[in-house]
Order: sequence, then structure tokens, then C-alpha cells
Amino acid sequence: MDKKYYNNLAVASAPHLVTAMDTSKTMMMVIIALMPSLLVSTYVFGFRCIILTAVCVAASVGFEWLYNKITGKRQTVGDLSAALTGVLIAFNVPSCFPYWMAIIGCFIAIVIVKQLYGGVGRNIANPAITARIVLFISFATEMTTWPVPRMSDIDAATSATPLGVLAEGSAADLPTNMEMFLGFIGGSMGEVSAIALLIGGLFLIWKKIISPIIPACFIGTVFVIALIYYAANGGDALTMAIFHVLAGGVMLGAFFMATDYVTSPIMPLGKVIMGVGCGVITMVVRLWGAYPEGVSFSILLMNLCTPLIDQLCIKLTYGGAKKNEK
Amino acid sequence: MSSNAKHLPSIDAGHYKNTAGCETEVMPIPDVVKISMSQHIGAPCKPLVAKGDTVKVGQLIGDTDAFVSAPIHSSVSGTVVGIETQRSAVGGNDTLVVIETDKKQELWEGIKVPEVNDLPSFVKAVRESGLVGLGGASFPTHIKYNPRNIDDVHTLILNAAECEPFITSDHRGMLEDAQNIIDGMKLIMEYIGLDEAYVGIEANKPDAIALLDKMFAEQGLTNMHTFTLQDRYPKGAERVLVYEITGKEMKAGVLPADLGIILSNVTSVAFVGQYFKDGIPLIQKRMTVDGDAVAQPKNIIAPIGASIHDVIEFCGGYKAEPKKIIMGGPMMGRAIFSDEMPIVKNNNAILAFSKDKAYIPEETACINCGRCHSACPFGLLPTALAEAYERRDAQKLSDLQVMQCMECGSCSYVCPARRPLGFFNKLGKGVVKEAGIK
Repeated sequence: MDKKYYNNLAVASAPHLVTAMDTSKTMMMVIIALMPSLLVSTYVFGFRCIILTAVCVAASVGFEWLYNKITGKRQTVGDLSAALTGVLIAFNVPSCFPYWMAIIGCFIAIVIVKQLYGGVGRNIANPAITARIVLFISFATEMTTWPVPRMSDIDAATSATPLGVLAEGSAADLPTNMEMFLGFIGGSMGEVSAIALLIGGLFLIWKKIISPIIPACFIGTVFVIALIYYAANGGDALTMAIFHVLAGGVMLGAFFMATDYVTSPIMPLGKVIMGVGCGVITMVVRLWGAYPEGVSFSILLMNLCTPLIDQLCIKLTYGGAKKNEK
Repeated sequence: MSSNAKHLPSIDAGHYKNTAGCETEVMPIPDVVKISMSQHIGAPCKPLVAKGDTVKVGQLIGDTDAFVSAPIHSSVSGTVVGIETQRSAVGGNDTLVVIETDKKQELWEGIKVPEVNDLPSFVKAVRESGLVGLGGASFPTHIKYNPRNIDDVHTLILNAAECEPFITSDHRGMLEDAQNIIDGMKLIMEYIGLDEAYVGIEANKPDAIALLDKMFAEQGLTNMHTFTLQDRYPKGAERVLVYEITGKEMKAGVLPADLGIILSNVTSVAFVGQYFKDGIPLIQKRMTVDGDAVAQPKNIIAPIGASIHDVIEFCGGYKAEPKKIIMGGPMMGRAIFSDEMPIVKNNNAILAFSKDKAYIPEETACINCGRCHSACPFGLLPTALAEAYERRDAQKLSDLQVMQCMECGSCSYVCPARRPLGFFNKLGKGVVKEAGIK
């Protein structure tokens, strides 16, 4: 090349090299990790699961796109955070849930919970969890009308969730822990199969997308509280402790919702508090509350505590420095 | 030797050591060199030559009485054609002595092998050699070799980690110049009075480790050891290196000497070994030239003052239009605005990237993933620091220990939202200093 000086070089602060793992790739990993559960759900409840997921993803991305368009903000649908929220909303409703109601859930999640607070990274509560709670309160019947799993021998149009059965006191009708582990039970679309969610969760831990602290503390706390409760009140404590871990939204919540970066603490100690707090609130609701299931409430409440937890847990490790050393 | 007791957090930033197998080539003397008068931390030198003067190789052409400084020597023989002022890479202005070369490379008469018999004469000779920290910081070496607590220092640590991606010049230096390294170590240990020496080398340079181990053994140097570091970034940062080798924490502002350590870059020590044999001051430098815009990436020895353009011409010229040219490594190096800038003493790499490979940051919103915190060797909280910086909250920045940040850039590297977190810390330090918080 001939002699020529370049005075149009890009000048920027170091580093001049960054990881390939950006926000959209991170979100994509989480979406991929949710796919085993979607496959099991489709097997158990039918093809409508896929359509419902597609509707929720399209609605969530659509609302985010529209919101950014109308408010003149930089388009953020490419970061896939809205798409992930869509998948999670579909996972949190029964597979026979009406599409239009699901779309309302997406509106609540994306526009009210996320964008009105400033968009990605600024929301205080997990959008999908909050949408689930709003839908649960608004459309109580539809949100608790569970489709019958294909392998059920009950001849009925709808079934009950294991936690629902337990809340009515008919413990004898509970499914086996193996059925629950595999996911051949009634429940919200994406939360029935513990094994599928576990595979996805371990994949995220392996890929270092999430820390194992929150899921381990959440699940561990649920297990321990159930063990103590049933040991004190009679019953097969170990079986019931495993039952509580596998039932309802614990697996989905622990691996995929409570670990949401934006709404969970970043310090390790904060993650412990988050996980234990979720576990305690879940079990308090399940054992003594009016609702059969408490995972979504627990995550929402701990979301709201997150800024406080982060403040309390600031601990600088190197150089022996403490927060308020003056 | 290596200890796996405890490691500070680190990242895998990739290695890209494309030129590790490239034997160093000596670059021919260009037509013109421009020698900067500020090639060290501290006070710039004043030119001792004027337009029209003839100069020879190794001739003293810049010096100052300031304590923190190092003299500057001509890398060529020729005629001074002017004293220029040029905008420097960090802002501000540099004074440059412009020399038209006669290509004869005649040695200056004043060059002689230094005579040394004690610490003061050793330190004086090191100053006269013009040596500065060649790892990147360019702190005048003679000050480092003369600590106030001379009786307390006992260990020499050589920084040969070379943790920056792409750069292989220290690696090549160890393979090609090992005897000078050992001779330099002997001199430093003898005159400063040190008992043990460790050469910290990342595990990705097994040939260099094996070579030094072999030479230490063959020459019966039982108090010299290699120390294998994890091949992760930033194991070559001074405070990280000291921790990895000694287990001692070194806060910002603490000097290695306070912990009984004299810490020097391996290339600086190799230079010491060479200088006490031939007396030729620091006038040339081994560096890696790489990047996708360079036709023939290689390791070269370039005369100080050669333009980056000349250096790249020697490496086959540009293969593609460069969008970003970096002096130093991609993690902490400086993106420069013109390839007319001259090579300085502490250049260990010139990297030129085309627009396909040049990383142009585009910041998006923080998603609070905490990876910056996990990546920080010192466990700082870059997100909280960035927030405090955005509010210009000097007290908060100070409480969050912004001054401990060594600007290694690990936080920026791992950030999925592409936020320039390390740069915020740099600016945050300015806020704290301005507010006068201790």
C-alpha cells in the first residue's frame, strides 16, 4: 500500500477486545435452556403449547417494538429480552389459556412492568412473574383450569395440580414423585417437568450464565422446610419434601425466574438471601397461606427487596477495604 | 515452581499469540526518526540538541533535573532537522527531536561500559542508560532500584507474564535473550542485596519456562526460580502478580518495596544485562506487530523514534485499511489517532485492526448480571461505581474504593451490555482526586 497516513482512526478507551457473550446471546442461551421443558410440555399437553409460546413471544416483542417506536427510544427488541419474557409468560399459564388473555399478560409484563420503569435493566420486578400474578388475580378461573395430561387415566376435561390436590387435603390422590419428576402431571404449561427444567438450569450453570447460588438456596430451603414440617406433623417427610421441590413452579422459578439478573442481587451473599427468602415465602404460602402455590409471590417479594439486599451486602474483598472506611 | 493456594479472579480474554513463533527481525533504520522527550512517567526531558546539530547513536539528546525522569538518547546517527511539537496520545503535547538519518549508525564517543562497585553507582548507571519500566508503565527504573527501605527488600520478581493478548515480545525476548536476563538478575540482586528471585511466566509459554529452568540449573543459580502463572488475564498486572507469587495483598499506592519486593519487567532486566556489557543506552525496542490489517505480523526490534507507519511498512504494510491502531495490547493499550506517531521506549506492541476486527463500543443498558464484579481481580463493583460516577458522587466513589481500580479492563471485557466500565473508573478516579478525598 502506498505511503498514506490515517487520520480517521477510531479512538476509544481500552479495552479494544470484548467477549462475544453480549446481552442478546445471553438471552438466547436462556431461551435455549427452556426448550427441553417446552418439548416435554408439548408431549404432555399437545401442540397448543407451541402456538401459545409463539403468540406470547410475538406479543411481547411486538409490544416492546411498538413502545420504543411510539416513545422514540432506541429499538431494543434485538436484545431478545422481550422474547425471553414471552416464553416465560407462556410457561407460567395453563396450556389451554385463552390467547387474548395471554396477550394481556404480555402487555402487562413488557409495557407496565418493564418499559414504564425504563426498559431493560431498569425494571424492579420480574416482568413474567408479575404478569403471572396479575393474570392469576384477574382471570382466576382460566388461570386454574388445568388441561389433562395425555397419560392421565382420569376421564375428565380438566385436571388438578398436585399442589391443588394437596391443598384440598386428599393426599392419597397425589401423583408419584417420579411422575412429577418427568412432568406427567397437571400444571402451568412450562413448569410440570422437573427433569427438563433441571437439564436447562444445569446447562445455564455450566455455561456460567447463571450462578448456582440462588437455585440451590431456593430449592434447598423448600426441601428443608418441608422436611421439618412433615416430620413434625407426621407423614412421610422425605417423600413430601421431594414432592414440594418437584411440585408447582419451584424448578422453573428457581432456575429461570429468581435468577433474572435485573431483579436479583449480584453479590454472592445477596444471592443466598434471595434464594433462601424465596424458599421461605414459597413454603409459608404453601403450608399456611390461602393459595396452594407461592413461588410467584415469593419471587416478586424478593425482587422488591433486591436493591436493599444489594446495598446491605456490599463487601469489597481485596485490600481489606470495608464499605464505610473513612 | 507454582503455588495454587489462592488466585485472584481473572478472565479468559483469549491469547491470539499469533507471533509466538516469529523470531525477532531487526528493522532497518528509517529516513527520519522523531524522538519524544516524554517517554516516561514524570517530568519530560528538555532537548539538549538544536536544529543543525549532528548526532550519533547513543548520544544523549534529552535530559532534565527532575527526580522522576530518565534521559533520552539518539537511536540513530544523522542531523537534527528540527524540534517539533505534536499532540500526544494522551492529550497534551510532546516535544519531538526530529533527526534525518545518515544510515551510517556511527556510535557516539561517549559510550562506555559502566563501572559499578556499589548501589549508588549502579543506580546512577541505570539512570544514565535511560531505562524505564518496559512492561508498559514506563516508570524510571533507577528509582525502583533504589528504594527508601533498602534494608527491607529481599526478593526480586520479574514480570514475564505477558497476559495481554497478541503480544509475544517478552516471550521472544526470553527465548532469544535469556543470558542477558540472568546477568541482569545477578546485577540487580547483587547491588540491591536481594536473596531470592522469581520469574513469573504464564503457563502458555512452557518453552520459556523450560529454558530458564534449565539455565538456572546449569549455572547453579539455586536462588532463581521460574513461577508458573495461570494463563489468564490480568496475571501480569503488578498487584495481581505480587499476590499470586507471594500471597501478599498490595493495595493501590503501596509499593512493591514496602512488601520487600523489587519488581521489574523481564525485558527491562534483559536490558540491564546487556547495558552492563556494552554500555549502549535504551535506543531500540523489541515489539510485536500484529492485527488483521498488518500484512506480515512479526516480532521486530525497532529504533526508538521510528514512526508506526515505518514499522508497519517493514511488516509488509497494511493489508487492509486500518480502523484502529493500538500502541500496546488490546486490553490496556492506547488507540492512537495517527500512524505518524513515533515508537517510544515502552512500546511492546503495535496492533492494527481493520474495520471488521476493530471493536467500536456501542453501549446498551446494564442488565445487572454481575459479571463485571466476578471478573474484577479486586472484587470491586463496577456497576455501582459507574452509577456513582454518573452522579459525580465523589464520596460514594471513594467508599466503593474506586482508587483500588488498576484499569485492567476486565469488567469492560465481560460486560454483555458493552459498557466502558473500566473507563468510567478512570474518570471516577479523577472525580475523587478533584474533590480532594483522601
